[in-house]
Amino acid sequence: MTSSAVAPSQKDLANSSGVQFRAHGKFVSFLQREKVAGVVCSAPFIFGFLMFLIVPLGLSLYYTFTNYNIIGDAQFIGLDNYKRMFTQDPLFWQSLGVTFFFALISTPLRLIFALVVALLLLRNSKISGFYRAAFYLPSILGGSVAVAILWKQMFAADGVINRALAIFGIHTHFAWLGSEKTAIWTLIILAVWQFGSSMLIFLASLKQIPSELYEAASVDGANKWGQFWKITLPLLTPTIFFNLVMQSINGFLAFTQCYIITQGKPRNTTLFYMVDMYDESFTRYHAGYGAAMAWVMLILIGIYTGFLFLSKRFWVYDEEA
Amino acid sequence: MSIAITRSDGSTSTPARKPEQVSAPKQGIRPGRIVYHIIVMLCALLMIYPIVWMVLSSFKPTATVLATSGQLIPTHWTLDNYINGFKGFAGTSFLRYIGNSLFISIIATIGTIASSAIVAYALSRLKFPGRRILFVAMLLSMMLPAQVLMVPQYLWYQKLGWTNSYLPLIVPYCFAIQGFFIYLIMNFIDGIPRSLDEAAKLDGCSYYGIFFRVICPLITPAVVTGCIFSFMWRWDDFLSALLYVSDTEKYPVSLALKLFSDPSSSSDYGAMFAMASVSILPSVLIFLFFQRYLVEGVSTSGLKG
Repeated sequence: MTSSAVAPSQKDLANSSGVQFRAHGKFVSFLQREKVAGVVCSAPFIFGFLMFLIVPLGLSLYYTFTNYNIIGDAQFIGLDNYKRMFTQDPLFWQSLGVTFFFALISTPLRLIFALVVALLLLRNSKISGFYRAAFYLPSILGGSVAVAILWKQMFAADGVINRALAIFGIHTHFAWLGSEKTAIWTLIILAVWQFGSSMLIFLASLKQIPSELYEAASVDGANKWGQFWKITLPLLTPTIFFNLVMQSINGFLAFTQCYIITQGKPRNTTLFYMVDMYDESFTRYHAGYGAAMAWVMLILIGIYTGFLFLSKRFWVYDEEA
Repeated sequence: MSIAITRSDGSTSTPARKPEQVSAPKQGIRPGRIVYHIIVMLCALLMIYPIVWMVLSSFKPTATVLATSGQLIPTHWTLDNYINGFKGFAGTSFLRYIGNSLFISIIATIGTIASSAIVAYALSRLKFPGRRILFVAMLLSMMLPAQVLMVPQYLWYQKLGWTNSYLPLIVPYCFAIQGFFIYLIMNFIDGIPRSLDEAAKLDGCSYYGIFFRVICPLITPAVVTGCIFSFMWRWDDFLSALLYVSDTEKYPVSLALKLFSDPSSSSDYGAMFAMASVSILPSVLIFLFFQRYLVEGVSTSGLKG
């Protein structure tokens, strides 16, 4: 649209200055139409969306059908990447299992902690600002390498966790990150520790619940537990739903924690899907295969989210209904 | 929101409270209240203990960091770890990494917020063909996870010749590719009365003029919130730095920190904790000063954890 308008005005530039002035004025008034202004103002996004999201996605769809090692040329190999993934790659299934286990355990735990703390912090006091800050701070530093390094040291054989256990009379030099049974749980605890932003969202929507509802319920003789189950929880389900979708997707995509803390050790029991995908693409240079892995995850997330949305009508309270 | 204020007295209307707290007398020091504060305070301290431990450990002599990990306060305070940490690696000072991170984070943040603001203005205020489609595209860009795009984007930036440079860490953000920020600012613009636009229009203001003269000055809170989130995410970003920056000299802080924990390099735990503490300093400071904006950003748009 813009380009067709630029063309004539540039052509006019070659003519006499009077015509040029008029053409320029025409161009300016063209730019000032609402429709044109809308397109001009959203142009950065149109360009960025196509250039940095759609083009790479399309390109990578092509690469999933190729054997591509980043440096050389891509050879078309049809569905071989997918065939290998589903039938010959135990690491694919291993990392998929680990990732789902991680996301589906850590997300509900995280939401439960977030909700309980949000309920506690509803009570206003002079230091509730400090409380909120203390519970939110770990989430702020969430994805940073510093926290990952810290976590690695805490769960080491001579780390803080074992020292703390010694206070309770349990003297151990157990390497939490070295055991196939406990390593994944250290990552889960790290994820649960960062419940702060879910807590803030819960807090905001708890404050929206009209107090008349509670007053009416207490007149009807409902005790606090009854009020929680009959009023708070149902009214909170849209927020729970939102948190569940966002946080579990984040869980499927976790990378830094695993990459820094465990690197998939021991024996791939903590190998996250994203780390496996990274290794395939950039350590073993199977970029075509890595692209296929990305597409499979995208589709799995799509199915998972779709499934959650379908389940919505059975448990999420809808105000319009 | 006004509803929230009316019931802020809490104790009568807040559910799931322990019965003894509710039945406690209203005047004087209530035992329930003390129990409440003790429990919440202990939990809060437990939450921040790891971070406080890391910061205080960085002041212990490096040889004793692990041996005294059960002890919070250092017996001997020392700044050696900071001196050693700032020496960095292979002649590159840690200050250099901080400078690199600041450069990337600040430029990318300015680009993100400036482009997101004007796009948000268009989507929120202007009627033009394709607006609905763009709105859906914006939601889609919020949904498309960066991690899934890591391989595709790498291959694309490689085709563009952008690998081994900061371009992939900065340029895409200047084109509003994070729908979250458009959404955040859009929500805010929707709250500004349209009569202001119309008045400006009557005074002869163009649509661009309305954006710069009317909307821009009014969206400051949303812009501040956006800048904070963008800066902190870019500062902590490890994955794209890992993918695109290969010269040690060009490392941002997140990547440089990893060098300390690599088994191949000598493990100077003291220096590692010292530099880790330095690396979280900007986020902690921003958090302390702009807590209100952060909390509002999370509560109103709800995102990221």
